[in-house]
Amino acid sequence: MAQKALLVLEDGAAFPCRAFAGSGEVKAEVCFNTAMTGYQEVLTDPSYRGQMVAMTYPLIGNYGANPEDVESARVQVSAFLVKEYIDFPSNFRSRQSLRSYLEEAGVMGVEGLDTRALTRHLRIGGAMQGVLSTEDLDPASLRKKANSGPGLVGVDLVREVTCPKAYRWLEGRPGPEIDLGGEFDPEAIWKGGAGGFKVVALDCGVKYNILRRLAARNLKVLVVPAFTPAEVIAKLQPDGLFLSNGPGDPEPVTYVVQCVRALMGRLPIFGICLGHQMIGQALGGKTYKLKFGHRGANQPVMDLATAKVEITSQNHGFCVDSASIEDPDVVMTHVNLNDRTLEGLSHKKLPLFCVQYHPEASPGPHDADYLFDRFVDLMRGGGLPSAA
Amino acid sequence: MPKRKDLKKIMIIGSGPIIISQACEFDYSGTQAIKALKEEGVEVVLVNSNPATIMTDPEMADRTYIEPITAELVCEVLKKERPDALLPTLGGQTALNTALQVADTHILERLGIEMIGANPQVIRKAESRELFRKAMENINLRVPKSHICRTLEECVRAGEELGFPLVVRPAFTLGGTGGGVAYNAEDLKAISTAGLAASLTSEVMIEESVLGWKEFELEVMRDSKDNVVIICSIENLDPMGVHTGDSITVAPAQTLTDREYQIMRDASIAIMREIGVETGGSNVQFAVNPADGELVVIEMNPRVSRSSALASKATGFPIAKMAAKLALGYTLDELPNDITRETMASFEPTIDYCVVKIPRWAFEKFPGSKDVLTTAMKSVGETMAIGRTFKEALQKGLRGLEVGRAGLLGDGKDPKVLSDEALREKLRVPNSQRIFYLAQAIKGGMGLEEIHQLTWIDPWFLANIKQLVDMEAMLAAKAAWGSLKDPLADLDDGLLRQAKEWGFSDRQIAHILGSTEDAVRARRQKLGIRHVYKLVDTCAAEFEAYTPYFYSTYETEDECRASDRKKVMILGGGPNRIGQGIEFDYCCVHASFALAEMGIESIMVNSNPETVSTDYDTSDKLYFEPLTLEDVLNIVESEKPWGVIVQFGGQTPLNLAVPLEKAGVPILGTPPDAIDRAEDRDRFCALLNKLGLRQPANGTATSVDEAVVIAQRIGYPVVVRPSYVLGGRAMEIVYDRDSLERYMNEAVEASPDHPILVDKFLENAVEVDVDAVSDGETCVVAGIMEHIEEAGVHSGDSACVLPPHTLNPEIIREIKEATRALAFELGVNGLMNIQYAVMDGLLYLLEVNPRASRTVPFVSKATGIPWAKVATKVMAGLSLQEQGITEEAWPRHISVKEAVLPFVRFPGVDPVLGPEMRSTGEVMGIDRELGLAFGRSQLAAGQSLPKNGTVFISVKDSDKAAVVPVAAKFHRMGFEVVATGGTQAVLQTHGVAAGKVWKVSERRPHVVDAIIDGQVQLVINTAEGKGPASDAYLMRRTALERGIPYITTLAAAKATVDAVESLIKSDHLTVTALQDYFEKDR
Repeated sequence: MAQKALLVLEDGAAFPCRAFAGSGEVKAEVCFNTAMTGYQEVLTDPSYRGQMVAMTYPLIGNYGANPEDVESARVQVSAFLVKEYIDFPSNFRSRQSLRSYLEEAGVMGVEGLDTRALTRHLRIGGAMQGVLSTEDLDPASLRKKANSGPGLVGVDLVREVTCPKAYRWLEGRPGPEIDLGGEFDPEAIWKGGAGGFKVVALDCGVKYNILRRLAARNLKVLVVPAFTPAEVIAKLQPDGLFLSNGPGDPEPVTYVVQCVRALMGRLPIFGICLGHQMIGQALGGKTYKLKFGHRGANQPVMDLATAKVEITSQNHGFCVDSASIEDPDVVMTHVNLNDRTLEGLSHKKLPLFCVQYHPEASPGPHDADYLFDRFVDLMRGGGLPSAA
Repeated sequence: MPKRKDLKKIMIIGSGPIIISQACEFDYSGTQAIKALKEEGVEVVLVNSNPATIMTDPEMADRTYIEPITAELVCEVLKKERPDALLPTLGGQTALNTALQVADTHILERLGIEMIGANPQVIRKAESRELFRKAMENINLRVPKSHICRTLEECVRAGEELGFPLVVRPAFTLGGTGGGVAYNAEDLKAISTAGLAASLTSEVMIEESVLGWKEFELEVMRDSKDNVVIICSIENLDPMGVHTGDSITVAPAQTLTDREYQIMRDASIAIMREIGVETGGSNVQFAVNPADGELVVIEMNPRVSRSSALASKATGFPIAKMAAKLALGYTLDELPNDITRETMASFEPTIDYCVVKIPRWAFEKFPGSKDVLTTAMKSVGETMAIGRTFKEALQKGLRGLEVGRAGLLGDGKDPKVLSDEALREKLRVPNSQRIFYLAQAIKGGMGLEEIHQLTWIDPWFLANIKQLVDMEAMLAAKAAWGSLKDPLADLDDGLLRQAKEWGFSDRQIAHILGSTEDAVRARRQKLGIRHVYKLVDTCAAEFEAYTPYFYSTYETEDECRASDRKKVMILGGGPNRIGQGIEFDYCCVHASFALAEMGIESIMVNSNPETVSTDYDTSDKLYFEPLTLEDVLNIVESEKPWGVIVQFGGQTPLNLAVPLEKAGVPILGTPPDAIDRAEDRDRFCALLNKLGLRQPANGTATSVDEAVVIAQRIGYPVVVRPSYVLGGRAMEIVYDRDSLERYMNEAVEASPDHPILVDKFLENAVEVDVDAVSDGETCVVAGIMEHIEEAGVHSGDSACVLPPHTLNPEIIREIKEATRALAFELGVNGLMNIQYAVMDGLLYLLEVNPRASRTVPFVSKATGIPWAKVATKVMAGLSLQEQGITEEAWPRHISVKEAVLPFVRFPGVDPVLGPEMRSTGEVMGIDRELGLAFGRSQLAAGQSLPKNGTVFISVKDSDKAAVVPVAAKFHRMGFEVVATGGTQAVLQTHGVAAGKVWKVSERRPHVVDAIIDGQVQLVINTAEGKGPASDAYLMRRTALERGIPYITTLAAAKATVDAVESLIKSDHLTVTALQDYFEKDR
């Protein structure tokens, strides 16, 4: 029999389970994802840093793990919680079982957990810290640990996941590291690769598929660390700036907000997820923590310019408060149809736009892929569609 | 876009009788759509010939036409009703095909009627193989390489080019009729011939084989603003080569990564747009090469379907309802999700459980047919199960299938152990038992890789099944080590819990451990291993769900919301089968409606995804569960109902009545003991003696010799059948000692435990069916139905007339009195059904069933009184007096019910009626006179009666004299009459001019040649000589396959000639709404 494990949340709720990969003890925020496919993409999405993720779909491991469906160079989640782990993957691309994949990454995976009960608990009680352990099975002790130390609010997790050095995205993977610390020759940096517009992607925990979707438009992509100063970016003379997704609370990530503020209006900017929250703050808005977040691949978003609905992939626990933005030139472009929260912004005078959700999908539907084209149009000098 | 204001009146076409590939899922869809349209203030007109549907209830649509679904009559309705629009996407292939034919007459343009949902162009693009292939090329999707062929020669040429194996698919047919897999040129010729005949457009596609590829389906919805969402993905356990209706299917897809799933999703959306489905739901089928993920498109249906019904039940998203609203112009973002209320319908459901659908077949009823599954659908019903794991859902599904199994294995009912060779054959050639053979092969040590090579079933499914096999072994090992006194003693909490989580029933565990079901139940309850209920909520618990739609599992949290209201549980009928189908679901749904009217909470329990009863808003609560003692007791334990209704769902819940009562469950209505009194031969005799009622002479035999003695005593012919069977299983009429001995030796195995009933057969008797309601004080006869076919044809396969057309008032009075006496003596509380026979002016009692019968919906439609509702209220304590129903209804119009038979699906089977029921569905014809009512029923059943041409007659000797007037009448009406030798001679002697046709055994050109050449428009042939070699068989089979009306009983021939006369006189058929019949009667 597999090793017994116990998950206890900060309010004392306990969820018995069994470890199918790894062992030990880990503390993190507990969240759930409702996508029925794409667990490998979820595991490797840097936005999940500092969280353990429960999949609401009960059978996980069905198609194993492969070298392609990765969103970063490593498994990012703190732990992985499922109802039934499937140890006999069946898919022509599978190279190993999920168990061995997690074990190689040193990340604990547990099964036999009533993930629906957990989901309902988080939906009703809101996001919570939890401790998962195979070493300590005493609920009271684990509850105490869950309540000790900081949660996600106020903590800057971007520093943990951003790349230490810049790199070009070449042939579907990160190229060699580039030092932007001292003097450098912008032309040399942009040399080679695709022939289109030059885009600097500020890496707050960027998903590979964003880079893949940018590259698919024949763009030259340079990924730079999140703390890269505005002047350095300006010196690179890109045609556009991309602000990536990333983990945790957007408020403490002030250095990126400052950078955006400095570059707004000087070049076209496109932001996704945390990038959207950075732009929201740069435009004077505030962010707040959602009760339990949006994580899944079925969230309906309306593009207010066309009144069309797109089914989107989402992964965020924080949100920009649209009411907090006073600038009359800021336009609300997208809205979530489930809870009417803000999903996208643009500006009447400045060449920028951003969305809270994930047009790069992975996992999830491709409905919003058109936004990458919109970014190219913007760099080409075209305008943004205005709200109907 | 808000609702269109110009659509004030909309017409819907139903799907007609239940047939293989078109079952009650279209009543579910249609009923949902009608409710949705009426909610929007739209006036709804409905055409559907099937009286057993909820949708044809007079209070559902505003104008209900129970008329044959033919282009001609649909045009009549259009002319009379002048709707603003025709919505053809809710009545299956029948509605779609009929709508196309209607559109071809240009009546829609003439009357200014718009076709909404899908227009003719869209339907053609999706349905015509050639247009569809071109459309797919436009969007860079691949379909299997193929050739469209219109002649046999073209088919042969295509075969040479593409190589074998090949798939033959006829265009414009139902459920792949006439299609199949050809492994060689000979197969190809045979299948193509049938396919060309079955196709409405006489075209078939000869297609590259993708046998063994994985098969997937996506259910898609699109609105008028081009928003497209996927409602559900489905993966078939049986790979390509087995019709999806005959496959075990699983939702959601299990073995696709997100990358592959999204490719399929993108393709589905592109297909919706390219085909141009404006609004509504569609279904797209894909095949995927397991080796490299290559994707090909198999087909798309621009309408709601069996799969969309399954997807609706699997996710909680009401596809048909939304399709109706989208057709009105609404967009998905304007329609609320009923289940969560706070969110909108423009999203994609996500589920946190696994759904398994398992088909149910009826091969045993069609001797001569092979139990082999192909691309032509053969199953007659299906069950669905929900579990938190695939293993749990699979086992729940298998016990919900009601084929005597308590799960996949471990119940002592595994198939006989076969030789390796035979077993490999059972795995390689798909068949109805393959899932059980899979388990047996694994148990016997065959490797999963070898099984995969034989079956091409994905290893994922095989490995799951292996886990179940291993679990059985682990439990068995415990039993071996356990003490003899208590085999459960050693069973630890963890293993038992795991077994329950994997769907093992208490019965399986008991059998493996050598214990009893009760003991296992007690033991696990003591260990705290209890069932919990979880919600189907479309959103994996992300939002609160308001609709109480539950399934059971073994986990920690229970979401059951038992109220303290007065509540009644209704046990449904489980999967459709021949003899137990939509009619019983109709009754269950009415029970729910009645309870709602009385302010009592209704709790529905059923496992059939096709039905209205399993729609989440039919009852206050829905438990989607197998109908076994364990599963029902679990619900009772959680809900503690005031009463349970077992008499509406057919044999399934009735079989549970006694054990439930023993377990202390309050059974509403007629006490279970009354069932036993009616079914137990001795007790039944005693009952009749007490009441002074007559029954055919009979006896019970436990051996061949006993049977012979009984038959000699009561005289031949006799009816023989095993006791306790449903739908006339293995029932036969034998005329002499030889046949009796053959039957006893070959057909059945008689023993003291399984006695054989021997009854005197009442030759040429008139059979009468009676439905009645009793509350103990008052008994009201709901309807008396006189059968057209004589006794000996199963009542379910016989046409019948209400009110009776030949019975005299004296017999009718006698019938009513006998019915009342039986009702009171048995203590009937609710519905009962009695079968009588009248011979030589004497009334005989054949059978009493103190429960709802198949005819209740027909009687309700004929009389305008919802009898199942009335009976429910009686059971809940409201007397007939209090309901104001104390007198028989005796309508002035005449209603005829006709059975619809699936013979065309079973090549090699003799299409002749007998004591074993084989019909899948029924239609109704209503008129002021019998001839037209019968004529309508024939038309509705697909027997298009000719008004001129040639009638071919060949009858057995005993019918020869009686057929003379029939032939004479045809002759008088201008028909040419032809006959085979013997019959011709008799006709000539009696002055009826008849041409002679050779028998097949005589010389060519013979009768079959004549039928094939189109020289015969009607065949009258009463059985003489059964079996595939006989002349009679060839005639009947040829007529059936050519779509030429054929009649196999003399009684039906008489009714037919009168009907033809009426049809000729009436010039053209007019149409009358059900509502108008009752308006005028009042």
